[in-house]
Amino acid sequence: MFLYFLTLVLMVMGLYCLIAKKNIVKKIIGIVIMEYSINLFLILIGYKKDGIAPILLKNVSVEELTSRGVDPLPQALVLTSIVIGLGTLALMVAICLRIYEKYKTFDMSKINKLKG
Amino acid sequence: MQGYYPLFTAIPLAAAFFNLLVCKLNQKIADYIAFIVTAVLAVMAVKMVFLAPFVYKVGNWDPPFGILLVSDGLSSLMLVVINVISFLAVIFSFKYMTTYTAKPKYYSLFMLMIAGMNGVVITGDMFNLYVFLEIASIASYALVGFGTGKRELEASFKYLILGGVASTAVLFGIAFLYSMSGTLNMPDLAAQLEVTTSPRALAFVIALFIMGFGLKASAVPFHAWLPDAHPSAPAPISAMLSGVLIKALGMYTIMRIMFNVIGRNTLVSTLIMFLGALSMVVAGLLALGQTDFKRMLAYSSISQMGYVLIGLGLAFNPEVDVLIASLALIGALFHLVNHAVFKSLLFLCSGAIEYRTGTRQLDKLGGLIKKMPLTGLTCSIGSFSIAGVPPFNGFWSKLIIILALLRAGYWIYGSIAVVVGFITLLYFIKLQRKAIFGAVPPALAKVREAPFAMVLPLVILAALCLVMGLAYQVVEDHLLVAAKDILLDKTAFMNLLTGG
Repeated sequence: MFLYFLTLVLMVMGLYCLIAKKNIVKKIIGIVIMEYSINLFLILIGYKKDGIAPILLKNVSVEELTSRGVDPLPQALVLTSIVIGLGTLALMVAICLRIYEKYKTFDMSKINKLKG
Repeated sequence: MQGYYPLFTAIPLAAAFFNLLVCKLNQKIADYIAFIVTAVLAVMAVKMVFLAPFVYKVGNWDPPFGILLVSDGLSSLMLVVINVISFLAVIFSFKYMTTYTAKPKYYSLFMLMIAGMNGVVITGDMFNLYVFLEIASIASYALVGFGTGKRELEASFKYLILGGVASTAVLFGIAFLYSMSGTLNMPDLAAQLEVTTSPRALAFVIALFIMGFGLKASAVPFHAWLPDAHPSAPAPISAMLSGVLIKALGMYTIMRIMFNVIGRNTLVSTLIMFLGALSMVVAGLLALGQTDFKRMLAYSSISQMGYVLIGLGLAFNPEVDVLIASLALIGALFHLVNHAVFKSLLFLCSGAIEYRTGTRQLDKLGGLIKKMPLTGLTCSIGSFSIAGVPPFNGFWSKLIIILALLRAGYWIYGSIAVVVGFITLLYFIKLQRKAIFGAVPPALAKVREAPFAMVLPLVILAALCLVMGLAYQVVEDHLLVAAKDILLDKTAFMNLLTGG
């Protein structure tokens, strides 16, 4: 239960970084921290103490597999989610660089062409 | 036809990648590829309406282990909306996008966005929904910043950050649901949640989903990105974002998950109705003060989505009589379809006007009905429809929603809906008076009618506004009733698992 709580703390830290920091690079770091906290949460769902890989090998009995085998689905989900996160991160950094080219600053409070 | 169902995502995905390869040889091919792909998709989508509901098992894995694709009334309704509007937006892009560079890249991103939206609409698996949601979102972030000017990049970055938060919330909710039930398959999940023992965890999931999908649908407390992002995109993309994307990623997902997976609930109904009323009023008042053509339309989108939300919220209440709930839901769905038609019409009009006059500030425009008669006329038709003037389609959907609200006894919400209808009329009269009618400013004396490829989609959409208003009964019988039935009947959705 404590570990679940820690992922929540990590997520809130990411959200704080996203909201309170003015530097857009720090904002990007904040959103990445949030994504990773969710990934950790997903991994925790599938975690089992002393778990074994969910593959029926010759030296593993069916009973042992059902009692100790970990749930493979969350791991598959995390892999997908990491790849999606990478795609978003690449786009974020690309846009961040273009913003720096145009505005010559990373400060969000000075990037304010749009109002109303 | 059933075996072809995955093609709705496969064709645009393949087209997006081949497009870039082929266009290394010849840039001109991009137009033809996009046209053929969207035309095929539009025809397929219209054909899907006439099929009975079925499920398609990806890779022939039996549910609940494999991924399901679900085809029912709601998915076919959304497929028609997405693919027809995107077909018209592609026709509009032929000429309009010549003002930008890198046309093949534009079409590739466009195709990715269509693939993502189609995927969200046809999937029956929670995680699959998240993946397609991200495909469509990432493509739309890039498209918003396509102009790579100062404003476009700023809007795109804002949209990206808020969209990222929304996606995180959605993924968190899905992870929670999985840990509660051990399944990701929507019909199976619906059955598991019927017997759930942890209502507090479910409440947390609902809160996360309302935040995540509400941000995608831009209901008012989450709306800050939309008035920046939608006007910054190229006009056909604004039409796609406002007309289709916020509905496929926001409204559709709220409907599908809330009605079919989680089930109707009084508290959530109150919350959704409140968000709807707030969106209508706040965004309607903000739209009044805008001087930028596209920015006004963007605020109006938020306001009109409020109507859809309030209708949905009413139908979501299990204590409301079934007849009234059906009425509210039909009104909400009809308004969703209508909004897709007239808002994309208006955004395309703004694109045509910007293409010829080079500005979209209302103060610098005027008298365009004399200079660009077809664009001006279609723009007026769109404005009348959205303001709810009788023969057009917007009138019927608003009337149905207001009637449902009043019959359910929600007098305050009903009168708010009426007042916001007047506010809508007010700002569209302002738009008409400043841009379409009145004296022609000297700077615009040499403006000509927009090219044929731009006028054609405008005329088709304007005709749709009129036809859907006059033949309202046909639309209801063939599209809306099937969608309403599947939403109100959770058991029918769960039975898809065994029946398909």
